[in-house]
Amino acid sequence: MAVDAETQFHVLAVDDSLIDRKLIERLLKNSSYQVTTVDSGSKALELLGLRDEETDPPSASLEQQEIEVNLIITDYCMPGMTGYDLLKRIKGSSSLKDIPVVIMSSENVPSRINRCLEGGAEEFFLKPVQLSDMKKLKPHLLKGKSKEHQQETEQEQEQEDNNNISSSSSSSTDSNTSINNSNKRKAMDEGLSPEGTSSNTTNGNKKRKAIDGGGLSLERTRPRFSSSSLTVV
Amino acid sequence: MGKYSSWDFKKRDHDAKVNMNGDASVQVDKRRGRICEHADICKGYLDDQFNQIEELQDEVSPNFVEEVVALFFKDSSRLLANIERVLEKYPRDFSRLDSLMYQLIGSVSSIGALRMKNECTSFRDHCSDGNLEGCKRSFQKVKREYTTLKQKLEKYFQWLRQAGPVEQATNSRK
Repeated sequence: MAVDAETQFHVLAVDDSLIDRKLIERLLKNSSYQVTTVDSGSKALELLGLRDEETDPPSASLEQQEIEVNLIITDYCMPGMTGYDLLKRIKGSSSLKDIPVVIMSSENVPSRINRCLEGGAEEFFLKPVQLSDMKKLKPHLLKGKSKEHQQETEQEQEQEDNNNISSSSSSSTDSNTSINNSNKRKAMDEGLSPEGTSSNTTNGNKKRKAIDGGGLSLERTRPRFSSSSLTVV
Repeated sequence: MGKYSSWDFKKRDHDAKVNMNGDASVQVDKRRGRICEHADICKGYLDDQFNQIEELQDEVSPNFVEEVVALFFKDSSRLLANIERVLEKYPRDFSRLDSLMYQLIGSVSSIGALRMKNECTSFRDHCSDGNLEGCKRSFQKVKREYTTLKQKLEKYFQWLRQAGPVEQATNSRK
């Protein structure tokens, strides 16, 4: 359905435990995020478009489906690539380094926590992860969003300046953008998010109701997020 | 089994529990099918984490608790079988035993199974001490706790089914 509605934040959850994947997925969906779950760091990198050179030969990369995510939440202790290893790979990648990463662990080891935070993780959650922990994700998601939006706006601004001699349309685009930003932030704070174009229809229906009441209208010139809800186990 | 052995669900009508509509004698949150908070079934066996799981069940995910519990049984029985095998074949491989138990503790914590978690932790302590007899004793306790927990959870789901279908909430979530 072609509307101006913003797509949801997309979170990639990485955990080798079947139960924990199920729990984190529900927690995230409950908070109105689109979720993809994988059971290993190397699968996560594949999905993100970074090959794990140790395990994947170059020919395997042709069939990979790449997704775009707004946040990665990963278990620390996993066989093969740990959550910390995954963190370092992401922060070391020019295309992925700005994606906020959150680490989860069942063990409360201060040196581990510090290492992860120093390695670039935004948060460290102790397992079992709670509903209340989900609220801590929002500021990181919004920060990433407004940074991207700002970059986009600057690009659009440049284009406008180049194409348009008259100043009135540029300034109205600006003011629309800033109003939209604040509306968006308010919506996020209220725990609403605009309907995604994905097949996640039940969530979509609930949110449609909320939006109609809120009167949001966001303009997006291009879709940014993958709209399919993919679970790779 | 202690005090729980006298708990007989068939005699629920005689139990003095606060009831909601004057129907069932065990308080059932019909909107969410949540009873664990109020029923003795869970005391000591399942902690607040289980309540959190119940909280996550709603009209969007109406069978969530059952699904998680099913996963837990599947995952745990696999891990328990592995630990049993390692204890038989490679009894002194404490690092492997510890690693398997670490995984089991993860699942057990995630579901909120307090007593089982404590026994699992004991097992890991024996592993660090290199105490094989301690490990074996502890493992028997872990298996007993698992069996008891399984029985309790099966009763819990029986309760839910008997209490009737979960009512759909009329308001959407905040």
